[in-house]
Parts: sequence; C-alpha cells; structure tokens
Amino acid sequence: MTDVAILGELAYWQQTGIRVGAGLAAVLLVAGTLVYLHLFKLVSFMQSRLGPMEAGPFGSLQLLAEVGKFLQKEDIFPRKADRFVFAAAPFVVLMSTFLLVVVVPGGPDAWFINSELGIYLAMAVSSVSVIGILMAGWGSASKYSLLGGLRATGQLIAYELPLILAVMGVVIQAETMNMQGIVQAQADGEIFGWGGIGNPYILTQFVAFVIFMIAMQAELTQTPFDMPIAESELVTGYMTEYSGMRFLLFFIGEFATAGVFSAIASVLFLGGWWAPIPGLEFDDNVWNLLGPIVMVTKVVVLTFIIFWARFSLPRFREDQLQQLAWKVLIPLSLANIVVTAVLKIVF
Amino acid sequence: MTAISDREQLSYIAAQAADARVNVEIETEGMTLNIGPQHPATHGTLRIVAKLDGEQVIAADPIMGYMHRGYEKLAEVRTYPQVTTLINRIDWVGSFANEVPFILAAEKLMDVEAPPRAAWIRTILFEMSRIANISLFLGDMGLQVGAVTPAFFAFRDREHVLNQIEAATGGRFHPNFDRIGGIKDDLPAGWIAETKRAMKKIRSFCDEIEGLLQGNEIFEARCRGIGVIPADVGLSYGLSGANIRASGVDWDTRRDNPCGLVHNELDWKVWTHPDGDSFARFWVRLQEVRESTRMVDQLCDGLPSGPVMAKVPRIIKVPAGEAYVETENPLGVMGYYVVSKGDLTPYRVKIRSASFNNISITPWLLKGVYVPDIVTILGSLYFILGDIDR
Repeated sequence: MTDVAILGELAYWQQTGIRVGAGLAAVLLVAGTLVYLHLFKLVSFMQSRLGPMEAGPFGSLQLLAEVGKFLQKEDIFPRKADRFVFAAAPFVVLMSTFLLVVVVPGGPDAWFINSELGIYLAMAVSSVSVIGILMAGWGSASKYSLLGGLRATGQLIAYELPLILAVMGVVIQAETMNMQGIVQAQADGEIFGWGGIGNPYILTQFVAFVIFMIAMQAELTQTPFDMPIAESELVTGYMTEYSGMRFLLFFIGEFATAGVFSAIASVLFLGGWWAPIPGLEFDDNVWNLLGPIVMVTKVVVLTFIIFWARFSLPRFREDQLQQLAWKVLIPLSLANIVVTAVLKIVF
Repeated sequence: MTAISDREQLSYIAAQAADARVNVEIETEGMTLNIGPQHPATHGTLRIVAKLDGEQVIAADPIMGYMHRGYEKLAEVRTYPQVTTLINRIDWVGSFANEVPFILAAEKLMDVEAPPRAAWIRTILFEMSRIANISLFLGDMGLQVGAVTPAFFAFRDREHVLNQIEAATGGRFHPNFDRIGGIKDDLPAGWIAETKRAMKKIRSFCDEIEGLLQGNEIFEARCRGIGVIPADVGLSYGLSGANIRASGVDWDTRRDNPCGLVHNELDWKVWTHPDGDSFARFWVRLQEVRESTRMVDQLCDGLPSGPVMAKVPRIIKVPAGEAYVETENPLGVMGYYVVSKGDLTPYRVKIRSASFNNISITPWLLKGVYVPDIVTILGSLYFILGDIDR
C-alpha cells in the first residue's frame, strides 16, 4: 500500500486529522444535502407543496433550524428502559455508517483506507446497524419498539444476502475486491473493443444493479420496505421512544447511510469517482479534486431514485418482503453470479 | 436379569427428565398490544386492545367512547334549528350530510316540504360533502398502507370542493346551512360554473389515485384478500354504505328509499364489488366519488328555479309525533329517530350513525390477521371517530 504523496509529508496526527475531518464531511455534508434536496424539496415538489421557504433562500437554512430544535429538546428515557442499551443504540447505528464510509474512494489518492478487501469490509460492517436497531428496539421497553426492532432485524438479515450476492457479480467481473481496483477496471474497460466511455458495470451487471438498489432500499428501511418503522401502525417502530439528540442521530444515520450506500453503489456500478470526459485526459491530481464532485453527483442521482420510490410506493407487509427476498432476489442474484462467471470464462 | 445399580438408575431418570424438559413445547407468552387511544392509525381516539401471538392477532377488542360528547342528550335541550349546529360535528369531514336526515325528519313531523330548488341544492351539497369525505379516504388509505403522497393529493383536491361548499354556505367544515323547510340561502352567482370545474378536478384526482394506488402491485398485495366480509356476516353486523356494497350487497338508500332528496331524478349507478375485501371497499368508494361528481354535474345542469324556502313559522314548534329518516351518508346509513311532544325542543333524538355499526365488526374481522393488516382493515372500513362516539 503506497501512501498519498501530499499526505506522506505530514505527521501522523495531521494525516489522521485530515482523514477524520474528511470522513465527517463525507457523512454529515452528504446527509445534509440529501435531507435538503430530497426530503425537503423533491418530496415537496412531488406532493405539490413548497416545502420550507422561510429560513434562508428557498429554506436552505431550515436544516440548521431543525438541528437546533432537536438539540434543545429534552432527552427522555422511558422509565423501564435499559438505560445503557437505550442510550448507546443510536451511536451504534451511526457508527456503522462511519465504518462504511471508510472504504469509499473519492479519487486516485483520496481514500480513507485502500484495502484489498474493500467491498468485503463494507458488506461486513453494514450489518453492524442491525445490532444498533435491535438494541433500540429492546432497550426502549416499548412494545411498538420491540416489534419494530424485531421486524428490522429479520428484514436486514434477509436483504443482506441479495446485497452481497449482487456485489459478487461485480467482483467476478472486476477480478478484485479493492474499491480502487473496481473503479480502475471500469475506467479501463471496453465495450466490444470500444473504450470511449470505459465499461460502467451498470451496463453489464444491470441485473445486479437492480438487485443491489432494491436490497439497499430494504437495508435503509425506506418505503416500500419500511415495515420496521411503519408510522401508521408502529408509530415509528424502534425509534418511537427516542427524542431530542438521540432521535437526531437516528435521523442523520438514516440519510447518511443512504448517501454512503449510494456511494458504494456508484463505485460498483457507475464508475465511482471516474467519469468519461471525451477528448480530455486528466492526471491523478485533477481527478483527486474532481473525483469527490463526480461522486457526490452520482450519489445525488442514486438517492433520487431511492427517495422517488420511497414517496410514491406503499409498503410491503413483513411476510411479503421476506418472500421477495428469499424467493425472488436471492435466486435471481445467484443466477446472475453463475451467468457472470460463465461469461467471464467465455470472453 | 442383571441388577441395575442405583447410580445407573438415577442417571437414567435424570436423562429422561432432561429429555422431557426439552421436548415440552416452548410456551411463549402472548403479548397484549394497546393500539390507541392516541395512535396514528386510528385517526382519532379509537382504542384497540389486540392480543398478539408474535405478529398474529388472536383477539382484538375495540374500545370506544373516548370522544363521547352526548349529542343525543344535548339535542333535547336545543330548539330544532339549533340542533343542526350540534349534529354538524358528528362526522366532521362530511358535515353537511349530517344535517340532512335530521332536518328531513323534522320536516316529516311538521308536514312541510322543501321547494324543489331547495331539495336540489340540498342534494348537491349532500353529494359534495360525500366527495369531500371520501376523497380524504382515498388519500388516507394510501397513508395507512405506507404511501405518503396520495394523502397530499387528497388534501389538495378536496380543497376545491371545500371552497365551493364555503362559497355557498359560508362554512368550510360546518356549513349549518340546512333549515326546516328549505335551505338558508340561494347559491351565489357563478357558483354553478365553478362547481363544474371543481368536479372536473375531482375526476382527474380519481384517475390519479387509480394510477398511483389501485394499479400498484404492492397496494394490491396489501389489500386483496385482507379483511374479507361475507355479505351475510356484514348484514348481521349492521354494516352499511360502501362497506356492505363492497361485499356484493346491492343496497343504497339513495336509490331504494329516497326521502326528500332528488337522487331518483338523476342518471347514476350503484357500484358493488363481489370480493368484500379491503381492496373492494377501496374500489367501491373510488367509483362512488366518480359517480357523485357525475351527479353534481347533472344537478347543476337541471337546477330548477323558484324559492329556496317553504313557508314555515318564525318560531318552530314541531307537532307531537315520531319520525325516523335515514339517508345514505358518506360513511353509510345515517338515521335520526326524532320524538316530539310538541315543544320547541325534541323530546328524544336517537342517532343511528354508520361508523358505530361499521366498527362493531372489528373483533370478528381482526381475528387471525397480522399486525400490519389491522391498519389496512381499519383504514378500509373507514370510520370517523365523531361518527362512532357521537
């Protein structure tokens, strides 16, 4: 593993500081952008209303107002709650987001860790949030929370499988689990000998892309898979008893995870930080600056799909969504792996 | 036979006992889930105590009365014109329809008949309150199964109807417009054309809902076959309105027993559905809104001229007697049994509201369903809390 040229000249604590700052920015800024763009504005547009308009130009400062509101609210513990578990749960959920973001590369040299097992690590740590959600459901000492937590656990475990199996197709085609390697493989790829736009795997792995997006929607517990939250029956599921800052953490976690998962999807299927710009050859330094912008653009596009589905579809029932996972998505993703493997040998 | 040592025997017994302990079926405790009175799914203060086995409902018991306001008793100390203000609040989303059967019962006792124009305007407002009521249901049903957006569409397009009701009566929610012997005022200028435009918008809203919900596979999966009410069970529980028509019973008071309203002079159809499940109830209501918009259009076209008020005394004293009038309100059959002793106030008023009967089937209906289906079924039965508790 080579170190970054610029960072290499800095002391270890300086490097760490830069990485932590970049990680916080990658999670929080992206989450804020998504909340404003999608939750405030896109949804308002879909539902023929304006959304926030008062705070700042076009309500862009509404986010600060919301955060301020949550921070000054009382931090309520239910009387029978398991206080430590209850208090720790939102941090565990948010932690899994931060663990996920470390594998996402933003440019040829702009990465947090450049592990050979990048996507493997991401898939492994994405399950950590299940523990947090189960902790929240159990620790709240509320029946609604318990039902929500158990539903979430069953659902996340069921959809973890198609998520991982969908990634397998990409890994077979790219011949690497390294996130940078996957980006490079797409940048250097050719479509029947024509390398004009590289070979973004959304073209060859379209089935895997669709499965990944569906499973991702379920992992994020967004409608049509929001049975664990199901505000019309379970109030808000495992989040029912939370208030103030801890609720805010869940809220940030939800949107930040949507952003990070979309970032992983854009690395796997859309070419990550790389974008085909005809006629121009950039060197690595330009890509280091351009890469994060390209990534955020792709993330916004993918999260747009997530929120589009979220606000136009009804939700599946618990048994129906389990059926979708076990009877449709998993066989389909296994078939995709077989076909990919065969074609890999043939070509 | 070799003697078994004590030690062998003891270990054998211990092993058997351990087996027995394992083989006993693991008994899990049921969970009692208290849904409501404050709960997003009950849109009001209905409380449902559900005994659960995992996610399955073993028994569900609706507990009502959290919003009991004693209207029947209150009506006894109010004069007849004052009662309309009160009963407006029974079904608060289609409130004009509440006034109609009471006024008709009083008219029946007094032997007064509203002039034709008043009867037609009454029918227009009656159908418009149905549209305002059921279009809310169409959006709300989506909300109950998890789609947020249809609810906003419903509120957006319902506004057109409410604006028209407000333009005619002065009250968006509580018109208090119906009088014994007619209605309070004639329609304002330009109202007819504007109403027709509003009806067009409601029809396009119906198309939108049809595309967004009815044709959606997830919505069908959530609603088809959920909460099936066979026709005989529904009738024995006293269900009425779209709930019983969705079970295939062709019964509509507007057509079968029109008293005072002019539905029989219009060209319209009573929609039924053979399935009796949640989807059928949604489907029937959607068709009914369309049918109502068609009715309002016809009523606007054929509106007769003339006075809107019959000759009634200034101080209304209703002669002694009893009258029962029921009409097909948005939520189902609503009836008033009015007993008069010849005073300024009714001696006794019994209100038969639709939602009370519609909700009484829930213990039968909720047995064995999953927790998410509770919400679907309650949503599709469509009740207004004020209409249950009065």
